[in-house]
Amino acid sequence: MSEKVIIDSLGIGRALSRIAHEIIERNKGTEGLVLIGIRTCGIHLAKRIAEKIREIEKCEVPVGVLDITLYRDDILTKKGHPAVRKTEIPFNLSGKVVVLVDDVLYTGRTIRAAMDEVMDFGRPDMIQLAVLIDRGHRELPIRADYVGKSVPTSKSAMIKVLLSEEGLEDRVILKEEQ
Amino acid sequence: MKKILIKSGRIIDPVNNLDKVSDLLIEGGKVARIDSNISIASDTEVIDATGQFVVPGLIDMHTHLREPGYEYKETISTGTMAAAAGGFTTVCCMPNTRPVNDSQAITEFILHKAATEGFVNVLPIGAITKGSKGEEIAEMAELREAGCIALSDDGRPVMNGAVMRRALEYAKMLHLPVISHCEDTHLSEEGVMNEGLISTEMGLRGIPNVSEDVMVARDIALSELTGGQLHIAHVSTRGAVELIRRAKERGISVTAETCPHYLVLTDEAVTGYNTNTKMNPPLRALSDVEAVREGLQDGTIDIIATDHAPHAQEEKEKEFDNAPFGITGLETALSIALQLVDEGVLTLRDVIMKMSARPAMILGIDKGSLHITSVADITIISPHTAWVVDPVHLKSKGKNTPFSGWKLKGKVSATIVGGKVVHP
Amino acid sequence: MELKSKDLLDIKSLDREEINLFLDSAESFKEVTGRDIKKVPTLRGKTVVNLFFEPSTRTRTSFEIAAKRLSADVINFSISGSSMSKGESLLDTARNIEAMSSDFIIIRHSASGAPHMLAQCLKSSVINAGDGSHEHPTQALLDLVTIKERKGGIEGLKVAIIGDIAHSRVARSNIYGLTKLGAEVRVAGPPALIPAEIESTGVSVFYNLKEALSDVDVIMVLRLQLERQGKNYFPTTREYARLYCLTAERIRDAKEDVMIMHPGPINRGIEISPEVADGLSSVILEQVTNGIAVRMGVLYLLGGRGEA
Repeated sequence: MSEKVIIDSLGIGRALSRIAHEIIERNKGTEGLVLIGIRTCGIHLAKRIAEKIREIEKCEVPVGVLDITLYRDDILTKKGHPAVRKTEIPFNLSGKVVVLVDDVLYTGRTIRAAMDEVMDFGRPDMIQLAVLIDRGHRELPIRADYVGKSVPTSKSAMIKVLLSEEGLEDRVILKEEQ
Repeated sequence: MKKILIKSGRIIDPVNNLDKVSDLLIEGGKVARIDSNISIASDTEVIDATGQFVVPGLIDMHTHLREPGYEYKETISTGTMAAAAGGFTTVCCMPNTRPVNDSQAITEFILHKAATEGFVNVLPIGAITKGSKGEEIAEMAELREAGCIALSDDGRPVMNGAVMRRALEYAKMLHLPVISHCEDTHLSEEGVMNEGLISTEMGLRGIPNVSEDVMVARDIALSELTGGQLHIAHVSTRGAVELIRRAKERGISVTAETCPHYLVLTDEAVTGYNTNTKMNPPLRALSDVEAVREGLQDGTIDIIATDHAPHAQEEKEKEFDNAPFGITGLETALSIALQLVDEGVLTLRDVIMKMSARPAMILGIDKGSLHITSVADITIISPHTAWVVDPVHLKSKGKNTPFSGWKLKGKVSATIVGGKVVHP
Repeated sequence: MELKSKDLLDIKSLDREEINLFLDSAESFKEVTGRDIKKVPTLRGKTVVNLFFEPSTRTRTSFEIAAKRLSADVINFSISGSSMSKGESLLDTARNIEAMSSDFIIIRHSASGAPHMLAQCLKSSVINAGDGSHEHPTQALLDLVTIKERKGGIEGLKVAIIGDIAHSRVARSNIYGLTKLGAEVRVAGPPALIPAEIESTGVSVFYNLKEALSDVDVIMVLRLQLERQGKNYFPTTREYARLYCLTAERIRDAKEDVMIMHPGPINRGIEISPEVADGLSSVILEQVTNGIAVRMGVLYLLGGRGEA
């Protein structure tokens, strides 16, 4: 396995700042905007984007947490169930613009599950998607509205997003089979 | 009848104090000669028993052949075939058939069936009370005349002490031993396994040791009072062993048996609700197993019997509470006993004594030894042959063994009854 | 962390980690039960069969709701003892049901070990919803969740279980669960209702209620099954109540913030006085809510043990 850092700490910061600006610009401000992070890395990224929006716009954007485990499409076929943790959306989603935040966009299946779950919490006006990395290989007709970096990968490669909230140095690593 | 020469076997006959490698010649269905290098005529069948034990045929004092009435569980034919496979040349069948063997007609039926379809000698045990209901004593003299060699209400203990007293008195006059299934059914209530930690953990109703102990005590006292010959069936508790030991010391006419399962299994085997570990009396605690082993060693317990109790698969494939008591045993008893020899609990001589010679003495029959002119009931054992218990391969209709999957050593290579090879 | 078995038959064979996995999942599923749309698609297309040989509206309903909230299909079989004894054996019944492609079989039966028997013969996950006097694992899990919520944890708590320990599956499951999680468990009742060698499971035995209740954090009162009368376990229910009825007065020996539980249904005035029983209502409702969450978690986690 070869391992290389494709984004460093500074790069992550810049990417999230840009995404924050693009969210504000696309939605013409923060009115009706909510961020929902997908467990686990998505939560940290959503909070960081919310913080950046607060710095830029001087207003709070609510952040929710989504655990999509119960909506996964492979739950009945995979052996061993992942632990279920709580979804925390302590606000109403009806009429809101929901920005789903995740670390890596890959097959699109996680986002499909996330959208289904969000729909069960209410009827948002719009759902958008922000990801730090888009590595391609989509299996569903899903695309991100905000992308930190597009990284062409082989299917056997692994991408890991490491974040300080997890006690690690901020960076994104690409592991490739030799 | 064909002559048979058993060649170069180790002949073990505790009664005649014989333990040597020798040839044994059977002529006219009887033991004709025991000598080294017997030369033979050409019409003699030769069984090479080199490296094998040649012993007096085993006698099981406690078998349920189920016929008449429960032929779906076992028949006299299949039961005696199983006996032959297990090395038994004689089995005593318990009277809890349907109808109960409390009459000449049933006894004669059993003997007729055994003569025509059986593989080994069958000695019927008659009921103590009519219908084994524990109320009125059966016509014991008639039963004896018909061929019963002992009396028992096995499985349905005679709860009324006065009835048991009269039974012992009357049986004494007829020189018949009374075999007592010692259980106070009030104390065992609706129990299904040994009372102890395991029954508590499993939420199963317990049968306390004391339900056996108090009945053993009562019957010993009644035997002392009446002088009747008492044989205590399937001893399973340390308390019972101790009571019998004391009774024997006092010269009371009491003998006792235990079964292989009470020597190698504890109530822990019930964990997992395997109904093939459900029998009555139940598998007890380790301290009981140890006491029963000691009882065997010091002669308190005279014999090892099987309590072979076959049941149909669908009867045992039930909730533990609802499955019947009992396990099959004829085909595993000898190997388990030999395992105890390996463990140093018993000597080989003890095993032959307790599975052949002593039962014959208790029953007062001329069997259990290999003296010249004795009827040639002989078991040949291959002591080192290892085998795995697979219920499918049991000859008995009952596949209900707790020893399924056990690796045992010692297999019967031939069983000869009255000079005729009945197994294999 | 993965469960060792496809079935949930008892608490005794679970290790501490497995128990905690069930408790943690229950917490997560409690969030789901608090949503407006309480249904998640997790077990869509799966079939859960409730096979109840003893009447029990509450446990059956709780399992049914739990299964439905996970989008499973639920089929209820209630079979009375008498119709069973007439015909089909338990195993045949269960095999027939499995032939209808069940994935989970939830069984309540009056014979201890009945779920074990099914588990050995069936591919479906078997969940014990109470067997004889043996165990009632989901009841213990929901009791543990409820205690944990109120007390913050289980470790170090003193818990007294009062009443007919001998015939209680709830008592057994709770004894295993509580002791495995580090609680100190006491049992109290008349001698005939304390089963043989229960001390070896790690509990201490009391015949005197006052001593048993001294300084305890939790009191679990068991239902006195009235059919036990006349078997000389105790002289009369009147005398039983005199010795073991949990009254407001008797609770004073326990800790001030003592929590009182009862698996229900309650015999007021026999095992528990009316005023104490009324004070119980809040916990009982919590137990009902937690029961659904616990059972959702059990179905979810066992579902992950299926064929790959």
